[in-house]
Amino acid sequence: MNFELTQERQMLQDTLRRFLADRYDTRTRNEILESDAGLSANIWSEMAELGIVGAMFTQDQGGFGGAGFDLAVVFEELGRAGVVEPFLDTAILGGGLIAALGSDAQKELLDQVIGGTLHLAFAHGEPTSRYDLAQVETSIVQNGQNVTLNGRKAVVINAEAADLLVVSARESGAAGGAGGEDGISLFLVPTDMAGVELQGYPMLSGGRAAEVVLNNVTLPVSARLGAAGKAFPAIAERAAAASVALAAEALGAMETAVRLTGEYLMTRKQFGRPIGTFQALQHRYSDLLIELEQVRSAVINAAGHLESDAKTRDWHVAAARNLIGRAGRMVAEDAIQMHGGIAMTQEYELAHIAKRIIMTDHRFGDTDYHLERFIALSAA
Amino acid sequence: MDLSYSSEDLTFRDQVRSFLAEKLPSEISEKMRLGQVLGKAAFDQWHSILNDQGWLAPNWPAEFGGAEWNAVQKHIFEEECAMANAPRVVPFGLTMLAPVLQKFGSDAQKAHYLPRILSGEDWWCQGYSEPGAGSDLASLKTKAVRDGDHYIVNGQKTWTTLGQFANWIFCLVRTDPDVKQQEGISFLLIDMATPGIEVRPIILLDGTPEVNEIWFTDVRVPIENLVGEENKGWTYAKYLLTHERTNTAGVGSSHAGLNAVKRMARAEVSNGRPLIENPHFAARLALVEIDLLAMSTTNLRIVSKAAVGQAPGVEASMLKVKGTIIRQEINDLARRAAGPYAMPFVSEAVEGDNAPPIGPDYAGPVAAQYFNNRKLSIFAGSNEIQRGIIAKVKLGAMG
Ligand SMILES: Cc1cc2nc3c(=O)[nH]c(=O)nc-3n(C[C@H](O)[C@H](O)[C@H](O)COP(=O)(O)OP(=O)(O)OC[C@H]3O[C@@H](n4cnc5c(N)ncnc54)[C@H](O)[C@@H]3O)c2cc1C
Repeated sequence: MNFELTQERQMLQDTLRRFLADRYDTRTRNEILESDAGLSANIWSEMAELGIVGAMFTQDQGGFGGAGFDLAVVFEELGRAGVVEPFLDTAILGGGLIAALGSDAQKELLDQVIGGTLHLAFAHGEPTSRYDLAQVETSIVQNGQNVTLNGRKAVVINAEAADLLVVSARESGAAGGAGGEDGISLFLVPTDMAGVELQGYPMLSGGRAAEVVLNNVTLPVSARLGAAGKAFPAIAERAAAASVALAAEALGAMETAVRLTGEYLMTRKQFGRPIGTFQALQHRYSDLLIELEQVRSAVINAAGHLESDAKTRDWHVAAARNLIGRAGRMVAEDAIQMHGGIAMTQEYELAHIAKRIIMTDHRFGDTDYHLERFIALSAA
Repeated sequence: MDLSYSSEDLTFRDQVRSFLAEKLPSEISEKMRLGQVLGKAAFDQWHSILNDQGWLAPNWPAEFGGAEWNAVQKHIFEEECAMANAPRVVPFGLTMLAPVLQKFGSDAQKAHYLPRILSGEDWWCQGYSEPGAGSDLASLKTKAVRDGDHYIVNGQKTWTTLGQFANWIFCLVRTDPDVKQQEGISFLLIDMATPGIEVRPIILLDGTPEVNEIWFTDVRVPIENLVGEENKGWTYAKYLLTHERTNTAGVGSSHAGLNAVKRMARAEVSNGRPLIENPHFAARLALVEIDLLAMSTTNLRIVSKAAVGQAPGVEASMLKVKGTIIRQEINDLARRAAGPYAMPFVSEAVEGDNAPPIGPDYAGPVAAQYFNNRKLSIFAGSNEIQRGIIAKVKLGAMG
């Protein structure tokens, strides 16, 4: 056992932390939140130059990381600074799926992804799928060398900025549950393709998403990623990777929330003394620190098993996401409460950080979803 | 003990129901159902509909035009309003300032201000908190200095809810800096149109401009706008706060919120079944409902003990803490029920313009509301302050 980061990861963490501390302060971030694009193209390309996108890919894929711990290191820092740029969507999901399933020709796109010049989005969830990864109803009809897609995709994060969508669709079988896992394919769909309609909107915790309508979108079969109907294992693996990233992001954000709270407790005075001298708040603050240690361990457990077999991997991921869902709510709510009114204001750092923490609970399964997964996988 | 409604209660309930069916404008109830923010016009409209009916001020003594309902009637009214998606009345004039004026105001003040509160002519806001004086309200610094038949007011108030709509503000001001903090505070009524007042919006974390900073620079306030005696304002302020606290129990809005969550959970599908049948979600829902069931009775028990025009004492603190915990839990359930569709932030959904909803119409505002209602445990005396009061009173009685 060794709980130290490797030298490379330590460097990655230091570089990223320094960069974000310099370049991503509350004001800059709040301007990005207010902007039409919902992300900063400059920040994106600078971070790609620093190798942040590359760190999400293995050496074989053209990167220099790609393991669970690489994701965890990067996303903890992104979370700490409340970064809203879609690294999860372009790199881990879109890029990760191309890397896992793509042909050599398709994999050539990864150079541009890693270089920061190509944006991707994973158009998978549908209006009624909630967190069920197998609930895919978008249809495919094959006509010789072409396929035609029809369907609707819900809350597709980064869809508007994306050059290409990675769209899931059903070749065979019925949607939903374990039975629905078979028969799902993925396609690379340019967002400017005829029949692709986006209805874009901002999200509460920053960034943008869109409802995507696919109306007789006709593509060459070469747009398919991997073998027909066999995409599910790769989707599940990337969902696990996304969960590791979200868990680490929540950890970083919680660290910021607790740090801000501690600082505030020692500076804010009421009744002639720092509010941090009231025992009622001291105990709550201590509980947050205790939770934070649990969260860090849960992230380590999940990240360390991302490369394990699917069942072990998913069991640890479910454990981490459930724990972090619970702890995240406590940290976000108590941090706001201990600040009082000031934390309710849009421009204060904690407001955004609290939203980042809570809203991770709405991607790739919430606290209850992961509890059920944990129970089911424990019994299996 | 008798838990059933009397036949008079039932008649009253039917009256309330038919009134709501007939008079509550559907544009307003629809906005409420979808959790959208109401503008001034909607508040004003509902206010005057209630006033026309004589039901605007159930808590006021009859001599001032109050309905003088008993606790059960108030309960019935609140429940029925919530179920019908009626808005709450804006409390600053009706349930905060009015009890203070009725008890401590001069005859001239009663005669002038109370009818204007009922008619809706005056929209009041509450100028208590300052940047440096939140929980420790008595440390407030905004000062009022006597100059002939005026006070000259200088300072800053903050967190002033809906101050952007108000034409009057009641303020706590320091009139004597040289005595014990609580003994140098006065209660002043200030016309917002007076020169030297500046209102600046504060945007809350859900994007709404719900509160304001209010700056006072050499604002001249006639001395007849002083309530009660100079330097006795703290007594009046505390009296007002107990009324404010009882109000925040929010049993009716919790019931309405719980029903909304149930509707959502019936529509959402999880693992091929309605979410409401999901054992984990169902358990969360049941626990809140069980708590609310008891809370509702606690509320009735406590409110029925207080006389007309009076507020309960330490029990008000208990209602405030438990009531807000339940309301916040319901907001959390709504957020969970919406699933991924909790993520979109469509300000139109919050503000109620006619943009097409993203996803199911109920999902739009739930996450924003979850964050906005963190305020419930912060304002009207934070829940930590309430717990302190409860312990001090109860333990104090034992020492
Ligand atoms: C949305 C919103 C609307 C509001 N509307 C109005 C309004 O219309 N008019 C108005 O006058 N005010 C209004 N307020 C202000 C509100 O009353 C204050 O926020 C509240 O009194 C708390 O003060 P504070 O925010 O300065 O927090 P602080 O008093 O600084 O408290 C910070 C934290 O310390 C805790 N704390 C403080 N003292 C103690 C203690 N002795 N023991 C244990 N814990 C303690 C608090 O509970 C809190 O957790 C509003 C506030 C909000 C958020």
